Amino acid sequence: MTLTVDIEKTLVTRERRFELSVSFTGNCKRIVLFGPSGAGKTLTLQAIAGLLKPERGTIALGGVPLFDAARRIDVPARRRAAAYLFQDYALFPHLNVRQNVSFALKRGWLNPRAREESAGEVDYWLGVLDLTAVAGNHPAQLSGGQKQRVALARALVAKPRILLLDEPFAALDANMRERTRRELFDLQTRLDIPMVLITHDEADVAVFGDQVVQIDQGRVRDIAHYEALAARNTSDR
Amino acid sequence: MQDAWIPLALSLKVAGWATVLDIVFGVAVALALARWRSSARDIVDALLTLPLVMPPTVLGYYLLVLLGRRGPIGAWLDTLGIRLVFTWEGAVIAAMIAAFPLVLKSARSAFESVDPQLEQAARTLGMGETALFFRVTLPLAVRGIVAGALLAFARALGEFGATLMIAGNLPGRTQTLSIAVYSAVQAGDDHTANFLVLVTSVVSVVVLLVAGRLLPQHSLLTSR
Repeated sequence: MTLTVDIEKTLVTRERRFELSVSFTGNCKRIVLFGPSGAGKTLTLQAIAGLLKPERGTIALGGVPLFDAARRIDVPARRRAAAYLFQDYALFPHLNVRQNVSFALKRGWLNPRAREESAGEVDYWLGVLDLTAVAGNHPAQLSGGQKQRVALARALVAKPRILLLDEPFAALDANMRERTRRELFDLQTRLDIPMVLITHDEADVAVFGDQVVQIDQGRVRDIAHYEALAARNTSDR
Repeated sequence: MQDAWIPLALSLKVAGWATVLDIVFGVAVALALARWRSSARDIVDALLTLPLVMPPTVLGYYLLVLLGRRGPIGAWLDTLGIRLVFTWEGAVIAAMIAAFPLVLKSARSAFESVDPQLEQAARTLGMGETALFFRVTLPLAVRGIVAGALLAFARALGEFGATLMIAGNLPGRTQTLSIAVYSAVQAGDDHTANFLVLVTSVVSVVVLLVAGRLLPQHSLLTSR
């Protein structure tokens, strides 16, 4: 599935003015947006998810336009089927793990009940991500790794077309980071779902960087495969 | 002594209605103010907070001018057969206006303290705006709203000046607890006054204790 992004957006705050002008075409299952913090990676990811509206440009996934300023297309976030994993997970603090995971499945104005009878899909994801034991706990009672798996389960239950991850390992300690990275890699390979991952950690790039989009100061500096990138860095030294 | 229960019942009825109306309007206005990005926002907020700082008699005078039979709103209501002056409904309006800022303030800060990222997460999970309000925003803000509503109830229960101006002091009809205390003292009936004061104090303390428990730290929502 091809992801094309070609957007412009100017953000003005009292302190500074930031111009985002990002353009790339991703045709790999694993795309990494790599760059220092404040480079505009998160803004780009938010634009793909529909959480940030660019001023100009287009975003398309698998040939279907999600945003097109010229044609006045702006598919709302809730219809983009883009799962977004927030850096600090954004779990609903008033709902337990099971309620969080089944959030997207329950329509209407009421949240899923705390003790729902078994729902196949929810149980499946709780099992896959090793959360069955904590299904009744609230987010405040979970470890960082568990929170991240809940966020992942909550997103995957909705059957997304693409997985967007904002610094998914940044809030974990070194041990958990290594383990979670492998788990996410295996899971993504098994599900065969395209993903875009933001990081400033080279170790993440090595694992997920089928295609690496380097972003700096709101611009795309380079698009390459990790191998090419690593080789170039070595020859530079 | 029997007579003390009549103003108490009336006070609870008036304060109850005033609080219900305050919750409905206060939450709606608070949400609008929390979302509205405009410089006029602070002016609207200040105007709506006025009842908190204005003398209740001034407030009552405004209400009398607006809601009296010759007032702009009162004249219109009169054609519909609704009279607010010297009625318990008028007392509800007075108590509602006087207590409104308390609901507004706490509801607004409750809405503003809800992490916008949680609402964004709900959107990416396919939630529409109305559903996400009832499933994410409101549950996370509800404790602040309830605490504000209890303070509003306490304030409405103690309303005196504005109520006296618009609803008067008609025993059994518009004589609320706080007005009954004044009347009893004026009439030299210390016995009744003592009892009424005691009842008022107990009710107020209970309301404040409950409100205090609903404010942060006590995890009402996350406990099962």
